[in-house]
Amino acid sequence: MSEHKIELTVNGRHHRGTVEGRHTLGDWLRGQAGYTGVHIGCEHGVCGACTVMVDGRAVRSCLMLAVQADGCTVTTVEGLADPDGTLHPVQQALKDCHGLQCGFCTPGIVCTLAALTADGAQPGEEKLTAAMSGHICRCTGYQGIRRAIRQIAGTDTSAAQGAAHAEQGA
Amino acid sequence: MNAPDRSGGIGANRFIGQRVPRKEDARLLTGKGTYVDDVVMPGMLHVAFVRSPIARGRILSIDTSIARDQPGVHAIVTQDDLARFNVTMLSFFIGPVEVAMTPLADGRVAYVGHPVVMVVADDRYLAEDAASLVVVDYAEEDAVVSIEDARHGPAVHPDTDDNVAAMMGEDEEDAEFEALLASGAHLVTQTVHHQRISQSPMETRGVVAALQGDEELLVHITCAGPHLVARWLTVALGNPKMNIRVVAKDVGGSFGLKNHPWLEEVSAILGAMLLRRPLKWIEDRIENLTASNQAREQEIILRAAFDADGKLLASHADYSLNNGAYPMGADANIAVHMFMWSAYNIPAYSFVSRGYYTNTAGLAAYRGPWAIETLVRETLMDAAARQIGIDPIEIRRRNLCTAAHQPSVTSLGIPREDITPAECLEKLLETVDVAAFRREQAEARKEGRYLGIGFAAYIEPTGAAGSIGVMTGELAQVRVDPTGKVVAIMNVHSQGHGTQTTMAQCIAEQLGVPLADVTIFDGDSSRGGFGPGAGGSRQGVIGGGAAIRAGRLLADKIKTVAAHLLNANPENISIEDGMIRVAGAPEMTRSLREIAEIAYGEPSRLPPGMETGLEAQIRYDPPAMTFTSAAHAAIVEVDAETGFVKIRRWVSSEDCGVMINPAVVEGQIAGGLAQGIGSVLLEEAGYDARGNPIAATFKDYMLPTIFDVPDFEYVHANTPSKAEGGFRGVGEGGCIIGPPTLVNAIADALAPFGEVAVDLPLTPSKLLAVIDGTPLPPKPMSRFHPEWVNPYADTAAATKTDGPVEEVPAGATLLPGGTHAALAETAARGIDGAWNLTLATPMGPQPMTATFATEGSIVRGRLESNEGAQEFEGTVEDNQVKWSMKVTKPMPITLKYDLTFDGDTVTGKCKMGMFGTAKVKGQRV
Ligand code: FES
Ligand code: FES
Repeated sequence: MSEHKIELTVNGRHHRGTVEGRHTLGDWLRGQAGYTGVHIGCEHGVCGACTVMVDGRAVRSCLMLAVQADGCTVTTVEGLADPDGTLHPVQQALKDCHGLQCGFCTPGIVCTLAALTADGAQPGEEKLTAAMSGHICRCTGYQGIRRAIRQIAGTDTSAAQGAAHAEQGA
Repeated sequence: MNAPDRSGGIGANRFIGQRVPRKEDARLLTGKGTYVDDVVMPGMLHVAFVRSPIARGRILSIDTSIARDQPGVHAIVTQDDLARFNVTMLSFFIGPVEVAMTPLADGRVAYVGHPVVMVVADDRYLAEDAASLVVVDYAEEDAVVSIEDARHGPAVHPDTDDNVAAMMGEDEEDAEFEALLASGAHLVTQTVHHQRISQSPMETRGVVAALQGDEELLVHITCAGPHLVARWLTVALGNPKMNIRVVAKDVGGSFGLKNHPWLEEVSAILGAMLLRRPLKWIEDRIENLTASNQAREQEIILRAAFDADGKLLASHADYSLNNGAYPMGADANIAVHMFMWSAYNIPAYSFVSRGYYTNTAGLAAYRGPWAIETLVRETLMDAAARQIGIDPIEIRRRNLCTAAHQPSVTSLGIPREDITPAECLEKLLETVDVAAFRREQAEARKEGRYLGIGFAAYIEPTGAAGSIGVMTGELAQVRVDPTGKVVAIMNVHSQGHGTQTTMAQCIAEQLGVPLADVTIFDGDSSRGGFGPGAGGSRQGVIGGGAAIRAGRLLADKIKTVAAHLLNANPENISIEDGMIRVAGAPEMTRSLREIAEIAYGEPSRLPPGMETGLEAQIRYDPPAMTFTSAAHAAIVEVDAETGFVKIRRWVSSEDCGVMINPAVVEGQIAGGLAQGIGSVLLEEAGYDARGNPIAATFKDYMLPTIFDVPDFEYVHANTPSKAEGGFRGVGEGGCIIGPPTLVNAIADALAPFGEVAVDLPLTPSKLLAVIDGTPLPPKPMSRFHPEWVNPYADTAAATKTDGPVEEVPAGATLLPGGTHAALAETAARGIDGAWNLTLATPMGPQPMTATFATEGSIVRGRLESNEGAQEFEGTVEDNQVKWSMKVTKPMPITLKYDLTFDGDTVTGKCKMGMFGTAKVKGQRV
């Protein structure tokens, strides 16, 4: 088994470690660095739950080896909110729009949307929705996620209230 | 009935009915949840399983020598090591399972993925390395895979005579009922083949177990309810001399899979006891898709007779369910029949229902386990509409149970007092302009575009307690801490349902405190009262009711204490926004904290005799059944070139009573609908003929993505239920009503081409076959069918061994010689005495002891079970005994036994009133 020394920045903190060549970034972030917000849903690159940001890009941490992240800057879902607890706009939108239930798929979705909207980028509803094709959510039926995307993209100011309500008393 | 007015004048303290954001979200959105894989213990080791690569066979040898020597390996565990714990595997009903079953395979394997050896190592990588080096030798046998295989093939389990795991209903054709069916102007038959579904929660199964000295076993497990798991483990382990504490904070979805532990979790827990080290097992996705229990593989043929006006006269269902090798309780799914026509008016219904053992992953629950009743019935109603030539809405209007038909009781004993499926349908039609759609559809067809609209209606039992032993009421414990903050302990246990918000809404409203000040704790069997957790759409109805009652009780105490301290009349005290006010005396306003500090710390200032503190608890048991009603419509376009289905619109019109949080209600409906869409179009956990799973990753098991699910529209009716708070459950409905709504829309779109067989999933190739008029090849015949011919045989002779079974000449089994009287005497001697019997009830096998004493053609006896003992008298003919007896528990019915004795064994059946017939078997004591 090959051992490798790695050094990387995770959520603004410097990390140094020794990893086996075969250890995935996801397992390293969870097991060695303690970022358990990184969720492993399939380990074969389909569900998107394990998505983190590596040098600003959304990456599936189950398909990347820890050794490949040597020298990189990684942001996990733990690294997005302000230290005072103010949520990242993507997190806030998902909260406002009931975009999660069990929350297992959520960290990956947050990271993908955060990567696409980083540095003031305004990718628009279509592109953000297209990016969701790489994420599986078994709970929500994607309704709140779609509303959150509209809120992030600014395409629907009433997004938080839901798409179409015809609420009536009996 | 009027819904409470939640629309206007909502004060700061009105929370029920509000679309408030969820309290759990900030934690989950920042990666601060605690799921089972996030639990780490000092000295913890990791588990990987060696699983059977074959569906059926004998284990010849297990060689662990190489694996044992691998670096980081601590133990290689087989069933021989676990046998000392003498575990009894239990069903969901906490009764022993029907067949011999051990945590790790014991000499035989019964499905691909069956765990055979457990490897324990320093980390999961090393455990998997070692697992791959365990050598197991098998003698493979022909696997029984499909329901059809089970009907004709050899018994899956050595300890059963056939593959019928459970049977209910009338197994013999009833000429009278057939005549009734034939008497209508129209007889409509609908067949549904439902594929196998993997519940696929995004968080797979997992457990971390550790002994805490000898007095406590601590189990962190992702589950639907920690108390239920603790109960299950305590009974399964034979009431060990230790407390079993089960903890589960955040759970990443369950959908029926995580009701209680199964082979792997039990093995890991026993491993932790054996090695006296904390052990962790986290299922990977391949294990989850191939070896976790699954659901829904079933077939049903529903027939319904209609009169000339399209009114229902009678109906019959023949239903079969694949139970796999080790179901979490052998199951004929009686609920399918209980609810088949519960939303409709129909004079007569009869059924036969069978569950079959096969060499596949076992059966577990899945959201709305009985859902096929709505699928087959609602697709039948549309087929009937086409066959009879009336509109699909009109045929429902003529048959649905409306307010005018209530109260009433269905032929299967379902009481209907306040169901509203017909009203939901009318509300739906106010939102969906069907006439405009029909015009659009006609125009589109001229262009070769195929649009369709589908409708479905149903009712759903929710929040049941008291009728099934394990589904109980719920306790809410609420306190105002001396800090003024409110803490409640409950056990409704969110799997993503948001109960930390909805229960807080119920309590905050009663107490008059800000929502932010209320915290709900659940997920620990060492706290709170007993509750089974999530399941049966029970959280809102039962937990909500308990939360309201406990909150009210505590609010009353606060008012009494405050009135005493402030010298005011309790009637004049109000609590708003955490402040205690006296009407007309604003200067007397106090914070809840001030009152709480006194209530705990200064007993002398309390009313005489009052218990200190601000704490209350109450247990709530709701009415036996609370029904939710709904009608849905979907509009689709089917691409005639590709067979792809595009869902263009979907409207849900449901009546789940008073809503605690409409956003949570809609989230539940949407999630269920998405799963329904997956069942109809995408998902299939199938097997090949040899029993190999064909969907092992999310690339083969296709879950719906954001592009497969449309934006849903919601119409809410809010008829308050009789439960506290007026709530009705809403957890499963979308998954029940979604499939027929979509299938009907697709069938409507393709009506110009002919009927669409409901053989799920409706893949593009199946729909193209309808469009092109080229029927798909029939399903291959079971290799165990008497007429099966082996297509791979070299010569005709080679097929001989698999050929038809030779006919036994009639009469060959008759006893030679002897008079009738002599035979009767022999038979009587073979009957008299004590027998152990097992009655296969819908809630699992019920053990009984019977004693018989025959006298000529009369038999007298006594039957004893844990429901009590009763004497009976009946008749004997040869070796056959028949008697009837009335019982009152669990409900008043007449049981008619018909048993045949043969040497030291007895087999037969028991007719159980409206529940049909159940199997009986037994041995001489
Ligand atoms: S765990 Fe990485 S994509 Fe599923
Ligand atoms: S919220 Fe549960 S999987 Fe998305």
